[in-house]
Amino acid sequence: MPKSPHMSRREFVSIVTAAAGTVMGAVIGIPAIGYLIAPALQKVSADAWIPVGPLANFQVGIPTLFNFNRTTVNGWVQTVNSYGVFILKQQDGSVVAISNKCTHLSCRVNWYPENAAYVCPCHDAWFASDGAIIKGPQPRPLDRYETKIENDNLLIHFIGS
Amino acid sequence: MFQKTFDWLDERLGLKTIYNTVLDRKVPKVNWWFTLGSASLFLFLLQGITGIMLTVYYVPSPDHAYDSIQYIMNGVAFGWLIRGIHHWGASLMVLIVFFHMLRTYFFGAYKYPREFTWVTGVLLLFLTLGMGFTGYLLPWNQRAYWATTVGTSIASTVPFIGNFINMVLRGGSDLSAVTLARFFSVHIWWFPALLAVLIGVHLYMVIRLGISSVPKEED
Repeated sequence: MPKSPHMSRREFVSIVTAAAGTVMGAVIGIPAIGYLIAPALQKVSADAWIPVGPLANFQVGIPTLFNFNRTTVNGWVQTVNSYGVFILKQQDGSVVAISNKCTHLSCRVNWYPENAAYVCPCHDAWFASDGAIIKGPQPRPLDRYETKIENDNLLIHFIGS
Repeated sequence: MFQKTFDWLDERLGLKTIYNTVLDRKVPKVNWWFTLGSASLFLFLLQGITGIMLTVYYVPSPDHAYDSIQYIMNGVAFGWLIRGIHHWGASLMVLIVFFHMLRTYFFGAYKYPREFTWVTGVLLLFLTLGMGFTGYLLPWNQRAYWATTVGTSIASTVPFIGNFINMVLRGGSDLSAVTLARFFSVHIWWFPALLAVLIGVHLYMVIRLGISSVPKEED
């Protein structure tokens, strides 16, 4: 058969098949990428100001434990985590919020008034009332939350974990 | 460069031979009804791909099944699309496979020497229906739960062993986590594996025997 100047039926079908296949592949393939990486792109902000109560509730020099829960949602599952913070009103009237999570291995420290120290039950880490290291295996002082006072109410700044 | 790479691979893999045998084989002059088999194959692959995608988030447990699907629909980018394709593709596949069977029957394509192709085709139809039945439970919503309750109850009407069949299907006397787990297992492992193998046999015979032509007046 002499070569026709026009496209052969076979060539036409090949091109149409390839084009249709590409379109279908793109329609499935591109959303598929978004579908798979979507959870990685979701920004979960745990940032929150948590009300702790009126300032008058706290006595100068005596750390008071305040517990609160935060809920995180991963996919369709909610997880509730508990956090503890020692509120310490200092002589000058300023307030510090000290996490009760030991900086060694994350056990919860307790306040012992007779020792004037936070003591961790796990590996005997001792911290002073302001969170400074007294003795023990801990690498750094207890972590602090940022605080602010609104209408004589204390709030602490929770930034996750 | 491309030609050289292709030739190197072709020499070792026989790519041209595969192409010529599978796609470039001689066929009689046929009509659009003869595309239903390819359409069924395409839908099987589409269901396979979207199904694999769904397992990325779906959890087959009474605690999580419904919520994980809500997450697919509302929490994940294009989750609605992937699930939508799987949902509608399932119905379409049953329809297309059924029409494929009707075409084969009315055109007499099941006759010598293609009887065995027909037998594997019937098994493939049953497996397709089985995929529909097992997949229907997985969303674990009211419709899924009661449809499966009714569906498995029908099995219990079989004389003598009906109740036993019902118990085997449900994995106990009630619809439960066990039912959901086994339906999921059958839906994503047993039936797809069987389908793939049987499609392989079915296609092998289509390629080996060629396809039948449209019956003529004298046939």
